[in-house]
Amino acid sequence: MALAGFPSLRFGVVLFPGSNCDHDALYALRENLGYSADFVWHESSDLSGFDAVLLPGGFSYGDHLRVGAIARFSPVLSAVKSFAERGGIVMGICNGFQILVESGLLPGALVRNRNLHFVCRTVHLKVETTDSPFTQACEPGQVLAVPIAHGEGRYYADEETLAALERENRVLFRYVDSQGRPTPEANPNGSLNNIAGITNEGRNVLGMMPHPERAADRAMGSTDGRFIFESVAAALALR
Amino acid sequence: MNTINTELIEQHGLTSGEYDRIVEKLGREPTLTELGIISVMWSEHCSYKSSRIHLKKLPTDGERILVGPGENAGIVDIGNGYAAAFKIESHNHPSFIEPFQGAATGVGGILRDIFTMGARPLAVMDSLRFGPPDDAAAGSRNRHIVGGVVGGVAHYGNCFGVPTIGGECLFESSYNGNPLVNAYALGIFRKDRIFFGKASGVGNPVIYVGAKTGRDGIHGASMASAEFDEQSEQKRPNVQVGDPFLEKLLMEACLEAMDQGVILGIQDMGAAGLTCSTCEMGGRGGTGIEIDLRHVPQREQGMTPYEIMLSESQERMLLVAERGVEEKVFSVFKKWGLDAVEIGTVTSDGMLRVRDHGEIVAEVPNSLLTDDAPLYNRPSAAPYRPAPLEGPTVPTPSSDQMSASLGLLLGSPDLCSKRAIYEQYDYMVRTNTTLPPGSDAAVIRIKEAGVSLAMALDGNGRYCALDPREGAKLAVAECCRNLSTVGAEPIAATNCLNFGNPEKPEIMGQFVEAVEGMGEACRFFETPITGGNVSLYNETLGDAIYPTPVIGIVGLIDHMDTPVGSHFRAAGRKIVLIGGLLPAVSADLADLERRFGSTQYAKVILGRTWGLPPALDMGYEKRVHEVVRAIVRQELAESVHDLSEGGLAVGLARCGLGPERIGARVEVRCDFPSHFGAFHEAPSRVLLSVADENIEAVSRIAAGLAIPAPVIGETQLDDLQIRINGDTIHASIHELYETWDSALERMLAG
Repeated sequence: MALAGFPSLRFGVVLFPGSNCDHDALYALRENLGYSADFVWHESSDLSGFDAVLLPGGFSYGDHLRVGAIARFSPVLSAVKSFAERGGIVMGICNGFQILVESGLLPGALVRNRNLHFVCRTVHLKVETTDSPFTQACEPGQVLAVPIAHGEGRYYADEETLAALERENRVLFRYVDSQGRPTPEANPNGSLNNIAGITNEGRNVLGMMPHPERAADRAMGSTDGRFIFESVAAALALR
Repeated sequence: MNTINTELIEQHGLTSGEYDRIVEKLGREPTLTELGIISVMWSEHCSYKSSRIHLKKLPTDGERILVGPGENAGIVDIGNGYAAAFKIESHNHPSFIEPFQGAATGVGGILRDIFTMGARPLAVMDSLRFGPPDDAAAGSRNRHIVGGVVGGVAHYGNCFGVPTIGGECLFESSYNGNPLVNAYALGIFRKDRIFFGKASGVGNPVIYVGAKTGRDGIHGASMASAEFDEQSEQKRPNVQVGDPFLEKLLMEACLEAMDQGVILGIQDMGAAGLTCSTCEMGGRGGTGIEIDLRHVPQREQGMTPYEIMLSESQERMLLVAERGVEEKVFSVFKKWGLDAVEIGTVTSDGMLRVRDHGEIVAEVPNSLLTDDAPLYNRPSAAPYRPAPLEGPTVPTPSSDQMSASLGLLLGSPDLCSKRAIYEQYDYMVRTNTTLPPGSDAAVIRIKEAGVSLAMALDGNGRYCALDPREGAKLAVAECCRNLSTVGAEPIAATNCLNFGNPEKPEIMGQFVEAVEGMGEACRFFETPITGGNVSLYNETLGDAIYPTPVIGIVGLIDHMDTPVGSHFRAAGRKIVLIGGLLPAVSADLADLERRFGSTQYAKVILGRTWGLPPALDMGYEKRVHEVVRAIVRQELAESVHDLSEGGLAVGLARCGLGPERIGARVEVRCDFPSHFGAFHEAPSRVLLSVADENIEAVSRIAAGLAIPAPVIGETQLDDLQIRINGDTIHASIHELYETWDSALERMLAG
């Protein structure tokens, strides 16, 4: 594994009260990918020493009020914002994506799934562009098998925002069928334009509903999530 | 001060004889608060007064058993220094009254039982029973209950962050007025780090942690100890409301405090809340507990001592710490934003003493609440039999009719895909689920211990209604068989016994027969019962549920790789029927006809149930498990599926309904009518798909234990064809898939 050889590469995994994919992210980064990774408590505002920050899935603050709505006021989020403003790599997965949207680091909103139910299954994602630190180790158009598990993952944005995302190639992942077609049937939650993951204008912040940390280990069925972490490692190595 | 009169005693669910016993033991009349405390501890739900005598018949010892019944959960050694805590518990009554919260708090309660012992919960499963979604009279309410229960389980488990990895969901009209929600959880810890619900060290602080106490759930345990009538909906305020986020914080804080070594004993406040936790901790420790209610965090104003002691507010725990280190406990809970307050101390006098601002409001010996609770040997009679022994003459179906029946069966509530349910559960969180829901057994890897645990829940109310003893044995056999399909060795069990009103001798008869049958089978298959739960009074307007003993068994696999699945993977593989076409069957056609009345074919196609469950030969069954485990361990099969409900035709179809959708071409011959061969149900049968080069090895293993393992055909693309005697069942596997996959969603939509 050529990319595992960055001893200095260090991920911070933010731990909010109610995070529940925190251990999974840490395990995938350390054990499956061989990077160094540590938890960052939500009351901390110190991200020094981290090369990338990951906001994991879960139900931060119990999803009280609205998903991600309280997390945006936590001390660690101010630190994440300045980290991102300085060009630091930030990944928000599932609830992490919801928090990034709430805090304004990414545009749009994530609302209740079209069928009103929580849905857990492995879906197909098409890599829409390799021009990002999160996809650069993928093949253009590559189809990845990655699990989803959420009740509020339906991506929504106004027309203008949506047009800008598409125009600027900021849609990184789209829900597709196994052949790579973005059909309505392949869209598990009713997201506009089948959007599964996006990046910001600076292309250093990723938000995605699917869980790449659940697809990093052969025993779990798919290892396609590794491409995303390996992309980040490769991007950081070039800096 | 209320005076205690006959009416008040009756309202507390106590008989006059029981009340006299209270007065005699106390040497005086109880106060109202004491009456509340004693009545709830003497309720069926807490005291097991009708069932205890019979539960002693269950085997509880085994080499791997570290903790047996009587604690919050049973504990079994899984090797390499690790242990698993696991248990199943019912939340039937609350789930009928308020399906979403009832089911959610059922999951919450069982999770607390696990982390109370120091284990981190890693898996949840649920055994669910509902009235049919298409029931003419009750269909609409049944669909509402299914939606609420599934939503509640999903809400609690998903938010808490524990995967719901499997279970079972079956439908019978006997559950119309009384659904069953049995929640199971399993957690892992180092085996030298077990915590007990024990108050030790006189003078040590008794600390209350977690949510504030409110008026919810008062008398929940008593509600679960009575039948329902038309006014049952008025009991809605008795149902607790759950907050999985708070419970997640509570777990993290408890595990962290345990890690720091500052907790001596800990117990969750579940049924009967503060009452049960204080008297049981004192009882187990041989000590007493004295508390002052003024310290108890309260959500509402003006709560009486009676209400505080009987509240079943969720997400609360009681713990005992060493005097002098309590500040460390408080600081851990503060970090997680939780209340932690000293509400009393451990005493030496064996009493539960409750003060309210200093004044004593209750003073009851622990023994009166625990060991001296009433114990009944209720009269039992021949089990109530809801269906006749003899059935109609079964008309002989044509090939076309059998083909159509196969589709109807696969689209029926019991046999269709449960995807619409399990996709609402996060079954992957914690990245351990190596075999997801939809297989015969669920499997998680245990990263810390380097092993995997397989688990399954099984219970068949229809079989038990026809013969409770044989039905219970069949459930244990099927559960062990399910585990063997993934190569796991069954090591320990938990049970949930769901029955009607034990005061009726013919219901008590069902209970006694089922417990004895389960005990016999658990002894035979070497799966000791480490704990569980009894739920009685599952009756509405005098109609009892089918007797439904549910068994949950844990099996050990000595590696962490992905286990073999139950679906055919490719065309051109040989299909092997381990166990033979109808094992343990007598040549007597009358017997076959009688037992055909318990099948899904009888239920779905003929709309009738009669007769007896399938015959079981436990010795034969155990050899089948050994054969299958050996085949799986040597990786000789590409797929392994327990062939049980629905019979051979349904079993073959279900093997094909995986992601690859593979058909089969099969030919069997038998000495009885074709539809018996295709749809008769029997235990001790497992379907394999095997590559040509492994057939010889498979046959050798089976022959070594004298188990027939005929090759009955081959997998193929697209079509399922089953030739029996002169008849042929024929269907497109793709069409069957559409029927099977979409049926439940369609039915639940109404």
